[in-house]
Amino acid sequence: MTARHEPIIERCQALFEDLNFENARAWKAAVPGRRVIAFMPIYVPREIIHAAGMLPLGIFGGGDQLEVIQGDAYFQSYICRIPRSTIELVLTGRLDFVDGMLFPSICDVIRNLSGMLQLIRRDMYVRYFDVPQNYQASIGGEYYIHELQELREGLERLRGAPITDEALRHSIALFNTNRDLINEFYALRQAQPWNVPAVEAYLVSRAGMMLPVEEHNQMLRDYMDAVRDADRPRRDNCRIVLSGMFCEQPPLNLIKSIEMSGCYVVNDDFMLVNRWMTAPVPVAGDPISNLALHFLNYSVKTSATYEANEEDKGKYLVEAVRGSGAEGVIFAAASFCDPALLERPMLQDALNAANIPFIAFKYAENSGQMQPIREQAGTFADSIKLWGETA
Amino acid sequence: MSTASSNAATEARDAIKDLSMLKQKEMIQNNYDELARVGETGKKVVYTFIPGNINELVRCFDVVGNYPEINALQNGLRKKSGNFIMEAERTGHSEDVCTYVKTDIGMARRGNIGPTGQHLPEPDLLLLSYTGCFTFMKWFELLRHEYKCPTVMLHVPYQGEGRVTTNMRNYIVKQLRETVIPELERVSGVKFDIDRLREYLRESAKAEDDLVWVLQSAKNRPSPIDGFFGAMYYVGPIFSAFRGTKDATEYYRLLRAEIAERVAQGKGPVTPDGDMGPEKYRLVTEGTLNYTHMREFWKMFYDEGAVCVASTYTKVGGVYDFGFRHDPEHPLESLADYCLGVYTNLNLPQRVDMIERYINEYQADGLLINSIKSCNSFSAGQLLLMREIEQRTGKPAAFVETDLVDPRYFSAANVKNRLESYFQMIDQKRRAA
Ligand code: SF4
Ligand code: SF4
Repeated sequence: MTARHEPIIERCQALFEDLNFENARAWKAAVPGRRVIAFMPIYVPREIIHAAGMLPLGIFGGGDQLEVIQGDAYFQSYICRIPRSTIELVLTGRLDFVDGMLFPSICDVIRNLSGMLQLIRRDMYVRYFDVPQNYQASIGGEYYIHELQELREGLERLRGAPITDEALRHSIALFNTNRDLINEFYALRQAQPWNVPAVEAYLVSRAGMMLPVEEHNQMLRDYMDAVRDADRPRRDNCRIVLSGMFCEQPPLNLIKSIEMSGCYVVNDDFMLVNRWMTAPVPVAGDPISNLALHFLNYSVKTSATYEANEEDKGKYLVEAVRGSGAEGVIFAAASFCDPALLERPMLQDALNAANIPFIAFKYAENSGQMQPIREQAGTFADSIKLWGETA
Repeated sequence: MSTASSNAATEARDAIKDLSMLKQKEMIQNNYDELARVGETGKKVVYTFIPGNINELVRCFDVVGNYPEINALQNGLRKKSGNFIMEAERTGHSEDVCTYVKTDIGMARRGNIGPTGQHLPEPDLLLLSYTGCFTFMKWFELLRHEYKCPTVMLHVPYQGEGRVTTNMRNYIVKQLRETVIPELERVSGVKFDIDRLREYLRESAKAEDDLVWVLQSAKNRPSPIDGFFGAMYYVGPIFSAFRGTKDATEYYRLLRAEIAERVAQGKGPVTPDGDMGPEKYRLVTEGTLNYTHMREFWKMFYDEGAVCVASTYTKVGGVYDFGFRHDPEHPLESLADYCLGVYTNLNLPQRVDMIERYINEYQADGLLINSIKSCNSFSAGQLLLMREIEQRTGKPAAFVETDLVDPRYFSAANVKNRLESYFQMIDQKRRAA
């Protein structure tokens, strides 16, 4: 008998593998006038895109299935892979149906990629989406309200009609539901990691980058119903948090390898856009100020943002470990990833202070060799078990 | 003219040249001395960056500025950076990240002895003016982690759409008013005086006029300056601790006189080996310098008669040649516009436009990119930029790869080969024309 979760995972896998974005194309073709706005990691207010009647489509690189030919001619060898596979997607026409693209302020590479797209796709709405690094409402808040308003106006021009406050409120409510469900999903995985294997967790979460939010909400419900209390094989794995994979994505095999080598992944920073707000955005009142002020006060912490207080540096990771009952951290960063690699020594200090073990390695989205990673993770898992028993 | 009087004229000219160089040396040394003496003077120490620094404002609080990027490059010039980088890597910093950061961290770990051999005091404040590069943000988080000192941020939004909006300007001015100035007042104990700021800004504008004149003198044939290697020395004072000071104004006045003299005599640039020979190639450069092998690198140009007539690197601490000047009538707004306008804060299409303009206005033979492993802010997108320039100008472009201060990434043979083929390419183009 097919387990109930299997068709869901098959669908997610198909979405994940489809580098032609057929699902988004079909969504767009279904109703005349529909538009698709692509976005890159790490965070954009998808609520505004949705309220414009458009599909926010997450572009998270080309993975290990895309052969990058032209993209390599655009980047030096010492730059990470995600921009080159993204350029490949653009140059091979795989994103020709996309009406706009947003480049969040995550690092200099994505920032400069926004300018490259302006030069390569002059027909497209391209926006570098700057968020404030000053978190005071009267300073960063005001600035951000204007930025969001500019984004809103840009999409209104594209659409040829205003985006109403009512539509924004409706979208905020839908994304609040999505975040609630994602939180529930992460909680379920923490409670029963054997029922929510890391690769499935990844794929279900990643599907949210490609589906309309309404569909993703249903998918999350269905998946959780299917696996909750399912009695899937349970292994004697240790529990770890993965940190550093917030932009360029690891190959699925890498995630599998970590689990196979004895580590249950109980928290991670994949696709932070799904969980960016740590509390529901208020629906009543002015939607743009709600989004802006909430961003200031309830954003997740990550390497790509500024931590205003030294005492809080790395606290989020320690809390992620404590909160998920994890026993260690695996730092996995994309090679040449400035935010992840510059941040790492500070995070490691915070873990050391909290007596939390960790290991670190680098990957690329097209890494093929898993053996060294399997060995490293396996040794780590063994040492945690040993250390846990003797402690 | 008699021999005696022409000798006297040469001496006088040398004296002018020496004066500007001596002046700069003295200014730099004074700043390091001031840093070394804070134990006695009780002055507070503020660390800050170059691109988009707000030096005029900092000066209003009688603090001493320390510039980690300048220390790193000075350590590179003195061949000290390699060991510092390795020290940082030994203590957990990735080989993939910016070597300026690692030079700085390595130096701190080894007792914070600055490039002049003098001890550098710990910061009383890290002024993180965060312009055009995300690494800055992490760099000061790392320093704060090391020193556990107060940090104040000035976030400068990027010109993603190729323009400055009122919202961006207001955001910066507000940060200056509500966070940066109060924090500088608190740390220094000095009350902010806007008239004092205006005075510094007035001085800045004077120096900026003279600097622009000097940089644009490269439009002459032959160019009296090298606008990349040589100009890095010229921009030193205005990019760092001295913009807004009478010393800087005086330095640029002397420098301008010296260059004017060279123009009058139809002379080319001065190089470390003396006057350059006949000018054969005029290049625009994009990207930063290499400091560990600066002399060797430069020699590969002047030996071939290649002069850099304009560069983008000399605009990271301010783009003045298209008209911007600090404005005492609008002090805070003008600081905001300055930060927003530095080269590293321009988007890629703006950078392409600027380079195209340089190639045309300076009648250059082509574009040379020095791509730097450390610096994604500069490097990401340079290959597309190169194609765009070739298409738009019909002039050849070339690409070499080095690093700022990591000696492991300077391969003299590779760079030389590339440059030689590039010069041949220019020759061919000329013949074809
Ligand atoms: S992987 Fe890291 S460096 Fe590369 S684009 Fe993403 S955040 Fe930037
Ligand atoms: S990445 Fe580039 S701009 Fe940023 S600190 Fe390093 S050298 Fe400077």
